[in-house]
Amino acid sequence: MIALKPDFCDITLPENYEYGMEDYSSAKAKWCSGCGGHTILNSVQKLCQEEQLAPEKTVFVSGIGCSSRFPHYMKTYGFHGLHGRAFPVACGVKFRRPDLNVFVITGDGDCCSIGAGHWVHAIRYNMKMVVLLFDNSIYGLTKKQTSPTSPLGTRSNTHPTGSVLPPISPVQATLGLPNVSFVAQTVDWKAAHLHATIRKAYEHPGLAFVRIVQRCPVWMRDDYEPTVKDPEAITLMHHENGIALDEKGMKKFRKVIEHDPSDIVKARENAELIKDSTPIGLFYQNHAASRYDQYGAHNLGISTEDRIDAINELMDRYVI
Amino acid sequence: MANPTDSAVSSVKSDPKPKQVKEAIVEIVSDSGEGAQKCGQSLGAISAKMGNGVWTVEIIPAEIQPPARSKAGASGIRVRMGSGPITNMGDQANLVVALNEQVLYGRIDQKAFKPGTYLLIEKKWADNPSEDIRNDYRKSIRKFKQLGYLIHEIPMEEECLKIVNDARKGKNMWVLGLLCHIYDRDLEIASEQIRYVFRKKDQQVIQNNLDLLQAGYDWATRNLDIHYSIPPNPREGDHVVMNGNEALSLGVMAAGIEVCSMYPITPATSATHAMAETMESAGGIIHQAEDEIAAIGFAIGASYAGKTAVTITSGPGIALKTEFIGLAVMAEIPLVIVDVQRGGPSTGLPTKVEQGDLLSVLYGAAGDAPKIVIAPATIEECFHYVILARKLAESFRSPVFVLTDANLATGVQPFPRPVIKPDWFAPPLDQSPWKEGLKPYDWDHATGLSKRPIPGQKGGMYTLTGLAHDEDSHVAYDPAINQRAAESRSRKLAALLKTLKKPVVHGDEEGDLLLIGWGSTKGAIEEAVDRARDMGASISSLHLHFLSPLEPGIKEILKKFKKVKTVEINYSDTVGDPLITKENRRYAQLAWYLRAHTLVDIDCFSNVFGQPISPYRILKMLEEEFDMKFTEDI
Repeated sequence: MIALKPDFCDITLPENYEYGMEDYSSAKAKWCSGCGGHTILNSVQKLCQEEQLAPEKTVFVSGIGCSSRFPHYMKTYGFHGLHGRAFPVACGVKFRRPDLNVFVITGDGDCCSIGAGHWVHAIRYNMKMVVLLFDNSIYGLTKKQTSPTSPLGTRSNTHPTGSVLPPISPVQATLGLPNVSFVAQTVDWKAAHLHATIRKAYEHPGLAFVRIVQRCPVWMRDDYEPTVKDPEAITLMHHENGIALDEKGMKKFRKVIEHDPSDIVKARENAELIKDSTPIGLFYQNHAASRYDQYGAHNLGISTEDRIDAINELMDRYVI
Repeated sequence: MANPTDSAVSSVKSDPKPKQVKEAIVEIVSDSGEGAQKCGQSLGAISAKMGNGVWTVEIIPAEIQPPARSKAGASGIRVRMGSGPITNMGDQANLVVALNEQVLYGRIDQKAFKPGTYLLIEKKWADNPSEDIRNDYRKSIRKFKQLGYLIHEIPMEEECLKIVNDARKGKNMWVLGLLCHIYDRDLEIASEQIRYVFRKKDQQVIQNNLDLLQAGYDWATRNLDIHYSIPPNPREGDHVVMNGNEALSLGVMAAGIEVCSMYPITPATSATHAMAETMESAGGIIHQAEDEIAAIGFAIGASYAGKTAVTITSGPGIALKTEFIGLAVMAEIPLVIVDVQRGGPSTGLPTKVEQGDLLSVLYGAAGDAPKIVIAPATIEECFHYVILARKLAESFRSPVFVLTDANLATGVQPFPRPVIKPDWFAPPLDQSPWKEGLKPYDWDHATGLSKRPIPGQKGGMYTLTGLAHDEDSHVAYDPAINQRAAESRSRKLAALLKTLKKPVVHGDEEGDLLLIGWGSTKGAIEEAVDRARDMGASISSLHLHFLSPLEPGIKEILKKFKKVKTVEINYSDTVGDPLITKENRRYAQLAWYLRAHTLVDIDCFSNVFGQPISPYRILKMLEEEFDMKFTEDI
């Protein structure tokens, strides 16, 4: 098992910080031992602490599945709702509450299968929120059924002789959507890269979509182990506007390519690389995409008198 | 009359005094897109402004443009005008204007009018280049005459072409002029109405339509001897006239609801159209979601974050939203859900009337999902019930259903102008620190009620979940916790029930027969009851507005009647039909529900004709019950 070292990244805290790690940590996570969820949880809690996010102003919205237990392990506000429906709920939360930090926690079945329709539109809405797709390529909680991202031929309880359909690439699909503004990919076992990616996503002024390739040691060990062990199996996309890694962090990657995240055509090409060597880093970022949450909040604070005047004006049109 | 210096129309009244009647029912039927509805709505508005009671109901085909001149493709409107208040669409029309003769067949089949009725039919088809059309027209006119209708063939198009180049754009206002003469409508008010209807058009369009109105009026004056007056009863105070969906939309804004999250569906969506221009100035936003599920999910998210929300839909939308409705019950999220019912199941009758969703709304979710369900019975109540629903949702931390239907959605009726009150609005977002130690589901033992934390409230952090949970909102599969949580959610309804008053019986409090209704049928039921009572029947009616919880004291009321029968627009088996017995009969929805609730052997009268129920139909049923004669035969 690959464990997360406690000093996996540098944490710079303000001098008189208010919130410690304990302020974000609730129940002990009930994921399996070796599950990638643990490292992601740890990384997110550290981000909250680094950014000193007020727990009462932070909302984690999830769907259903292994990943979606996540909000229960935070000590912020949380919404553990329905399978596939984290996006509409999160968008509803953010629409009239620009003051809240919203995170969406979803899985491959949740986002790319039962909730795929919402995924498409959430990208288009581009509300400021961080979306973490925990992609372990399998339905874990219901005990090993083929997921929309299971590699072709994956043996599962629904396809004992191997899955018969090619998988969806969440990154490729997202890069094809209108108004997409941030798409990144990372893996749960490269802790520094994972954290730098989540941080970059948090700083993005719009919807930041992060696919995290996640280990499921119970059902999919054969699937991810070669990638974890083979240094050639990951390609780091590097750029000064991409995911920041220090020299030490960079040295951990054998294959490195330069990629400008403002170039969506190149981003889509890189997404194709997935077949040979998993590209990680920032595929695409656009700071200027239009944001539906700004539209949603544009008339906040209108006075009661003005509201009544507007209703009366409409009512008067019906007066006889 | 109009100011002569104005270019408005003026009356040339030279015909004899009109015959005074207490009420009249007019239908205007045509192919889709010929403006019949605008004509009827205008006639309704003019009559309401004159002080008449009015009810209008649209006759809508399911398609936007069904084939022209099809027998079943009638599009149009019915307008019922009276001296006193009018509460329903009434029985048979007294006069029909038809822009082609074919669309009359469907209406005759539906018994919308009876022999002896005036049929004012566009004459142009008699000279159509197509021989088939000419023959159909002549044959139809002969047939209608044989059936005993009073036919007037009217050169509508020919007359309109004297004023405009395209008669299709304007015939409706010429017809309005014709009807204004027939029913002695005030032409100054009619001119004002035209200016209002075309307020966004240029001056030339307004003038053309005023000219058409005048021309139609003058033509009737010269050529028709059909002339009635319907003396109005003066009203006190300001009144408004609108349809039920417009009333809902104003109710949403007057309730201070900030998020209206919807997905287009007939016949609910026009409620959103009605608020589209004003919602943002009224402090809210309409969100058109990607689908029905997302629409409620978005509303739930907004509500969880402390922003009041409504989702408006119809039966198929409710079916899609069901899982989220269960979540809102389970996690106790305040939410207003408006269901403008239509014919079902499945896509069913999208534009037609049915009260088919009562049981699915009550019991549709997985497991036990108690929620509040209320049903307005009038256009005015469509407005006030949204405000009530918003308050109930927050007070009881629960989803609240407002059940209307296609009849209320498109029915137009005047009512006293509501004066918007600031206390109808949702209270401001509570961001005060959460009381230390108070749990997010601190269920009161007696009422099941608890206070909810809202994101932003320091110290209130919790994770809402649709899983079984304890008072801390922690996932809990413990048997006792699940039992207690279910009891608490159910007890909220009992707590609400404590605040409700016993419903009032229409008519005597005891007798031979009690009719029970809910929703849009109130006007028709009470009118039928009044007419039967006038003719000596021992009959009363009861109309329910709270369906969950049911209003208190119903069983005591029922016990004072020899027989009880619901009147509903949904399906029930008829005893005596093939295979149907009293034992296996499937009852109408309220009847099922009340039978279970009261253990009284309640009968039902219902159908799924897709039409509003008329007093006539109810009276026909009562004739069998009482072995008396209440109606004329058709």
